[in-house]
Amino acid sequence: MPPAELDAWSLLLVYSAMAVYTLAFVAYAVDVARRSAATAVPEEARELVGAGASGAPATGAPARPTASAPATAPAGRPGRGARIGFALIVIAWALHLGGAVMRGLAAGRVPWANMYEFALTGVAVIVGVFVLSRLWRDLNFLGVFISGLATVFLGVATVNFYVTPTPLPPALQSYWLVIHVFVATLATGFFALGSGLSVLQLIKERRSSGFLRALPSTVQLEDLAYRVGVIGFIFWTFTLIAGAIWAEHAWGRYWGWDTKEVWTFVIWVIYAGYIHARATRGWRGSRSAWLQLVGFAAIIFNYSVVNLFFKGLHAYSGL
Amino acid sequence: MSPSSDPLRPGDHVDSAAAPSQPPLGVRGWARFLWRQLTSMRTAIVLLLLLAVAAIPGSLVPQESSDPNGVIQVRADNPELVWLYDALSLHDVYSSPWFSAIYILLFTSLVGCVVPRLAHHWKAMRAKPPRTPARLSRLVGFQTVPGDASDLDRAERVLRRLGYRTARYGESVSAERGYLRETGNLLFHISMLGLLLVIGLGSGFGYDGQRLLVEGRGFANTLSSYDSFSSGQWFDEGSLEPFAVVLDDLEVEYETENRDAIGAPLDFTALVSVTEDGAERDAQIKVNEPLGVAGADLYLISNGYAPRVSVRDASGEVVYDQYTPFLAQDDAMTSLGVIKLPDGLEEQLGLRGFFYPTAVPLDTGALASAYPDLANPVLSLQAFAGDLGLDAGIPRSVYALETDEMTQIAGGDSGTDALTLAPGQTIDIPGGLGTITFEDVRRYGVIEVHVDHTQTPVFWITVLLFASLLASLLVPRRRMWVKAVGDGRLELAGLARGEDPTLERAVDDLARRLVDEGSAARGDDAPAATDAVGATAGEARPAGPTDRPRE
Ligand code: HEM
Repeated sequence: MPPAELDAWSLLLVYSAMAVYTLAFVAYAVDVARRSAATAVPEEARELVGAGASGAPATGAPARPTASAPATAPAGRPGRGARIGFALIVIAWALHLGGAVMRGLAAGRVPWANMYEFALTGVAVIVGVFVLSRLWRDLNFLGVFISGLATVFLGVATVNFYVTPTPLPPALQSYWLVIHVFVATLATGFFALGSGLSVLQLIKERRSSGFLRALPSTVQLEDLAYRVGVIGFIFWTFTLIAGAIWAEHAWGRYWGWDTKEVWTFVIWVIYAGYIHARATRGWRGSRSAWLQLVGFAAIIFNYSVVNLFFKGLHAYSGL
Repeated sequence: MSPSSDPLRPGDHVDSAAAPSQPPLGVRGWARFLWRQLTSMRTAIVLLLLLAVAAIPGSLVPQESSDPNGVIQVRADNPELVWLYDALSLHDVYSSPWFSAIYILLFTSLVGCVVPRLAHHWKAMRAKPPRTPARLSRLVGFQTVPGDASDLDRAERVLRRLGYRTARYGESVSAERGYLRETGNLLFHISMLGLLLVIGLGSGFGYDGQRLLVEGRGFANTLSSYDSFSSGQWFDEGSLEPFAVVLDDLEVEYETENRDAIGAPLDFTALVSVTEDGAERDAQIKVNEPLGVAGADLYLISNGYAPRVSVRDASGEVVYDQYTPFLAQDDAMTSLGVIKLPDGLEEQLGLRGFFYPTAVPLDTGALASAYPDLANPVLSLQAFAGDLGLDAGIPRSVYALETDEMTQIAGGDSGTDALTLAPGQTIDIPGGLGTITFEDVRRYGVIEVHVDHTQTPVFWITVLLFASLLASLLVPRRRMWVKAVGDGRLELAGLARGEDPTLERAVDDLARRLVDEGSAARGDDAPAATDAVGATAGEARPAGPTDRPRE
């Protein structure tokens, strides 16, 4: 198939994926609304959720529940809407992956070399992390967040950033493009999940009625957000290191405070702050959750505003 | 009191017992108080966030180090703000006093935090695991398996094999593992400090030089051969590696088929001859493939066209014949250049204009380049006669023409057309000064020679940093106890020290191993025992006293 035709198929798949993501969002949203309207969960179920995992250990360790117990506490069993939502999200993800692969075939290279492609692959990775996390934990209560985010990001990217596939400029012709950029999107996927959990934690800290009651306790949400964020941090650290090695190959210095380097550093330092905050009395809880959100906001800013409006060597938006 | 094998943490760490805050007394009291503040977790967070914020202006304002032309531009555009930029070092954010202050404080805090922890950890690694708590039933994963005190030796062996350090307290085994977590954490923080020191000190010995080479030309690695050169404060000219490089050929490749990307660059390759230790060899430099020569790295950082122009005086004598590098202005390689002839003609002559590799006429009659390769090369020059201003002793850029003291004689408003030439063409210079010929055009490449002695150490420290980060975040640190309670049962339980999502599974796993090995040791299938485990380990939950809610 000629590249232009492959790209047309890719777009078709991406549009279909967007449609199905939207349906998934609706299914999840209906589920949330229905559960919010449902009568209150019996009192003891709520207590069980709040009690968290282990009790107070005997050896002077803080009597703080950890999330060793699966996050889905008794009432967390997904409703029918959420199950439909998950099925839809899986279908959308399959379409989306197909679209990304077709795009790669059309361009004859990895599909992450300009802004449209970063978004295409990045959102696929975010959803992928969510879908695959199912093997580890049931995080279906994040469905509204993830399907909404996927719909919006993919929509904005196809409408505003789409460019036809073009060959790689010499500076990008490197296996580091494959490694560095992909690991960065992987990190973004985990940070997105972590932010979703942090958002729920913050909401639940304020108000615990309706469907919020069915969620894991704030402490469990925070523990999960932290674990996911830590994986993201590891990937981000790797991204930073790999980027420095690549810069050494391409530009003759491993670190030059180019705008994109600055922002990669800023994000890394914010997340380091987040990790410390989690371990600090007075910062654990909502303050550290806010830091996770600040970190994710910086990632979005780095992708959008920095790519589009800041001058620098990383001029690869393709726009 | 926390047992001594726990890692040491600043006072405001969640695992530390809250210290009673007393008003500081006397000078020493105050000093100790301030030091505690500086090395607290809170300070680390605040400094980290400050560092993040402080790094941002450097991405908004052009920096001397990464974008010197941008700096010139900004200063020219905002003359009234120049004092502010300078006062706040906004063009040198990353070496400014305020940025340095933040990271120096941060690293002071880091050292203050890490050094006591190092000493503590050194001792902790030698300490015995802590005593077995009186009641295991309240700990994570509590369960029982059949066995008695005679099984404790076996339990100890199993735990050791799993990487635990063990100790016996009465009828119980106390075990601890995961010291690597703290080791990793300490190494991680130390390697950041190492990174900073190596970069700070090592870069003082390096240098960085750029040299523009027209095809066929070369240069030797000496200070005077560079167009621009910068070096660290301890750089010694005698340390310049002796080698020479000739640019034989610069190959470029542009997209020709994809309609949306016609003319997009696909490949740049500089074919060079390198002379090193008296031997000559052929080599190549590409954008992502620097060439290593005698400890230096050579990069191809840009390229362009250098038209060769010759000028004859009125009598036909050649007074000028040179390749002049033109600077590309756009993706189609429309290139701007300046040629100066201070001597040889009756008047000084300055030429300024564009080289179009693939010239096409616009509707306005002006020319433009439609494609970056040489399909229809045309040179179009404005000419100025008069004083080039070269004798005044003021350094002039070779890429700029000072026309204040000159009269335009071709192009612009001079009433005469610009001098427009294809290769091989000759044209008269207005005013009877002589003739000008566009002989041919070659490509040039800008080669950067970079020597950085920090590369290798920085690389290895970074590997250490990443490995220790993995250890520090992913190695579980936990305690495990096996206690013979005397009624034919062993009690097991664990306790997490830090993040440890897999603790329960680990206790379950230990239970399974104890039972399996127990039946192996007794040489029977022990169906009853296996059943007992089936009920307590794995998916099902212990029937024992536990306050953990389950689905
Ligand atoms: C250069 C800036 C710093 C960076 C990038 C940084 C980064 C990190 C990271 C990524 C971790 C996670 C590793 C783990 O949890 O085991 C960590 C943990 C830790 N850091 Fe730092 N750190 C910095 C400075 C400091 C300073 C100044 C202090 C002392 C006040 C400090 C004290 C700690 C402690 C005590 C932990 C363990 C936290 C825990 O128990 O989970 N760090 N740091």
